[in-house]
Amino acid sequence: MPESSTVKDVLSSSVECRTSPLRRFSLSSLHRNSLGVFCSEDNVQECLSHISQEVSSFGLPPVWTEPGSGSELNIVAVLNCMYDLIQLHRRGLRTLENMEVEQLKSNSNVDFLQLSTTRLKEQLEISKRENTGLLERERQLQLKVKSLQNCLKNEKEEVQKLQNVIASRASQYNHEMKRKEREFNKLKERLNQLLVDKKEKKQAIDVLNNIGRADGKRSLWKTEKMEAKHEGEMYKTLLSDYDTRQRELQLENAELRKVLQQMKKDMVSILSSRKPAAKGDKHEHSGMQAASEEEDDEAFDSSKESVELYCVHAREKLANSIRLQWRRLKSHVERLDSQVSSAQTGESKSTDAVPRETHEEEMDRLKLEIQQCKDFIQAQQQLLQQQLSSPCDEETASLLSDCYMLQEKERLGDEWKTLEEQRKIFERERRNFTEAAIRLSHERKAFEEDRATWLKHQFLNLSPFSDSKKPSLSKSKSAFLISAETDSSAAVAPEKFIKHRSESPRCVPLTSPSTADLYRTLCLIPEDSSTKPKRKTEHVEESSVFCGNAPVRHKRWDGIQDRTLSQEKNSSI
Amino acid sequence: MNFSEVFKQTNQLCKVSPDGKYLATCVQYRLVVRDVSTLQILQLYTCLDQVSHMEWSSDSLFILCAMYNRGLVQVWSLEQPDWHCKIDEGSIGLVSSRWSPDGRHILNTTEFHLRVTVWSLCTKAVSYIKYPKACQKGIDFSRDGRYMALAERRDCKDYVCVFVCDDWHLLRHFETETQDLAGLEWSPNGCVLAVWDSCLEYMVLLYSLDGRLLSTYSAYEWSLGVKSVSWSPSSQFLAIGSYDEKVRILNHITWKKITQFEHPAIIDNTKTVYKEAEKRPGVGSDEMPLHNITMGATLFNTQSKYEICPLPVQIPVVKPDPDRASPKIGISVLAFSSDSRYLATKNGGFQVQSLNWHCSGDSLILLGKEQLCLCYMDTDQEDK
Repeated sequence: MPESSTVKDVLSSSVECRTSPLRRFSLSSLHRNSLGVFCSEDNVQECLSHISQEVSSFGLPPVWTEPGSGSELNIVAVLNCMYDLIQLHRRGLRTLENMEVEQLKSNSNVDFLQLSTTRLKEQLEISKRENTGLLERERQLQLKVKSLQNCLKNEKEEVQKLQNVIASRASQYNHEMKRKEREFNKLKERLNQLLVDKKEKKQAIDVLNNIGRADGKRSLWKTEKMEAKHEGEMYKTLLSDYDTRQRELQLENAELRKVLQQMKKDMVSILSSRKPAAKGDKHEHSGMQAASEEEDDEAFDSSKESVELYCVHAREKLANSIRLQWRRLKSHVERLDSQVSSAQTGESKSTDAVPRETHEEEMDRLKLEIQQCKDFIQAQQQLLQQQLSSPCDEETASLLSDCYMLQEKERLGDEWKTLEEQRKIFERERRNFTEAAIRLSHERKAFEEDRATWLKHQFLNLSPFSDSKKPSLSKSKSAFLISAETDSSAAVAPEKFIKHRSESPRCVPLTSPSTADLYRTLCLIPEDSSTKPKRKTEHVEESSVFCGNAPVRHKRWDGIQDRTLSQEKNSSI
Repeated sequence: MNFSEVFKQTNQLCKVSPDGKYLATCVQYRLVVRDVSTLQILQLYTCLDQVSHMEWSSDSLFILCAMYNRGLVQVWSLEQPDWHCKIDEGSIGLVSSRWSPDGRHILNTTEFHLRVTVWSLCTKAVSYIKYPKACQKGIDFSRDGRYMALAERRDCKDYVCVFVCDDWHLLRHFETETQDLAGLEWSPNGCVLAVWDSCLEYMVLLYSLDGRLLSTYSAYEWSLGVKSVSWSPSSQFLAIGSYDEKVRILNHITWKKITQFEHPAIIDNTKTVYKEAEKRPGVGSDEMPLHNITMGATLFNTQSKYEICPLPVQIPVVKPDPDRASPKIGISVLAFSSDSRYLATKNGGFQVQSLNWHCSGDSLILLGKEQLCLCYMDTDQEDK
């Protein structure tokens, strides 16, 4: 068993060692094998040694000693060990039990404590709420107390004042009473004195001479007429006073009425000036109608007012119209206010914070825009000023004067160049055509002469003397032959030929068209060549003068060119 | 300011004639008439007893001297120094005596206000008016001198009698709604009579010339009421000064209060406050809605300066004895300027005897017991 020996060595080296991982690592093979049994027949020694180690680690006497003592186990020791182990186990179980019990106890304690804390917290909450409620009540009661104290103070002051009043009145009454009493006493004394005093002094007046009345008139007797006159005079005085007062009030009224009229006019003008601004407003519509009515009324009023100045109706009308206008003005102002406020609050009717922001943003944006526009305008203004004020040279001036058409001009120039080239080409071709036409005409002429001579000869050849002249006609004959071939086809439709000719002058007509045709063809080409340059010159002139019309002429030139080109094409075909 | 020499006088009887030419003073039982410009003695009259009251007639031709102790009234003529007139009231006694507006009748109020005797100097006729009321101001003549209003108390009720001064015909006799009528005053245009109650009740009644009640005004109840009343010269305003130290102004169209002025102890709403700086202790100050001026110097001795006090100014207030009757609080004197622009008032117990405006309305003269103050208003200010 080499395996066991190695295990032994390891074990012996680490008898006292208690590093369980090492042991586990080394004794992994000793754990329960596949059968679930720790020990089997083949690893007894190892188990023994392992067990002894374990036991010794538990602090128990060793079970199995070194193999030197004997291979057999000490049963007593084993039993003791077992017993010890059992004891240990029991103890362990007991402690476990105890600990479980302890744990249960502590758990229940914890639960209990938690319950009690929640309960206490609730109680605390309740008591806090109660406290705040009580505080609130206390505050209210204090306020009440204060107000009641104020009331009490006021009442006291009032009582004091009333007491003062009563006191002063009482003193006044007393004073008056005393005065009256004194007077009464005096009267009594006087009476006594008079009763006692026999000598009664009569009252008398002693005047040296009567003096005249102040106004020099004679005094009049007291009669009823006099009384009536006095009454009359009194009423006259009163009436005159009322008259003056009424006049003053009238003047005042007139002034005020004028002021009211003025105010009304102003208000109407203000409102009417605002009317076109707010057309879609219902109020304004109705207002317009009413205002138009009002204006009619006003016109009516002003005509009548001079007559019915003091009529109650006129007065009422004026007052009512003023009130109406004022109401309208007020409503208008209110509407403006609400508009302003609604514009401030924005589209949504939500809280103020958001609309204000949007409003501010709008404001900023608008301000920025305004600033930009202003800058732009400023720049433009500056440029304008510069242009107007700064002296520039001729070139630039001329350049600037036509600056708008510069691009157009350049384009035009380019197109002109191309056209010129085309024109040159066309000219060349026309020259070719003319040459060809001239050649053609010459050839025709020659051919005609040939033909004439041939006919002559032919006619003459009808006579027996024609053979000698035949070889001289070979050239012309050949020409004639060629032409005869074509002639047959051509002669059939001389009209077509002419037309064809007119379309394509290149086509070589070898038949003998009439001189009119020739002339026509000859004329056509020079006609064309004469007309076209004219037109060209016209164009050139026109294009140099009227830049703006260049595109129009251009088109016409194009049209003409198209025609010539088509002619060329036709001819080429 | 120049001052003449001092002339003796008794009882403050020193009056200038209505036409402004003569100055009459009473010295004991003598009546001295001087020329105003030269101060030369023109006439000298001797009365039978010490003169209690002296009054010029409205045409400046006659002077009335009343001796209340003896119940005598003597009338002197300026034109005819020899002319004399003596009215003896006899046993019935004399309490007050005054001229009628035409200057030809004398109204004597007998003792105990038993009656008013109207003596005519033209016809020696006598008229009696019964039951005149003994009050602050029981008789008032209208400004044009045509009517006289007299307060009457009969059977514990107040009445007003309106007489035509021409022939003392009783024009109107009506009862007033006062508890205890204290005074009456005609408006300057002679169409409205203001009647006010005693201080126990704040009540001002306005009657028209023909006796109709136009309006009543009562600012408050229970506390002491009206102390003084004054019409504005244009008859537009009626100023009522009361014991609560306020002046209330009524307008003549609606007879409602249009404004009220207060007299607080601390002033901070007026324009300028002039305070006299004097060696002697200041006597008192007068209050006005616009200017606040203290009393001026004496005639000769102490020079006084006026310094402008910065607002607010505390006015020295003497608290009156509340137990006494008719306490010295409240507005006792009111005076409108002639153009009705300014109102001068005296509040409290200040020692101002009289306030008088100059007829042009620019200046005001304050007369105190020992002092005189002349105040000029700055008419550039456009304030009420």
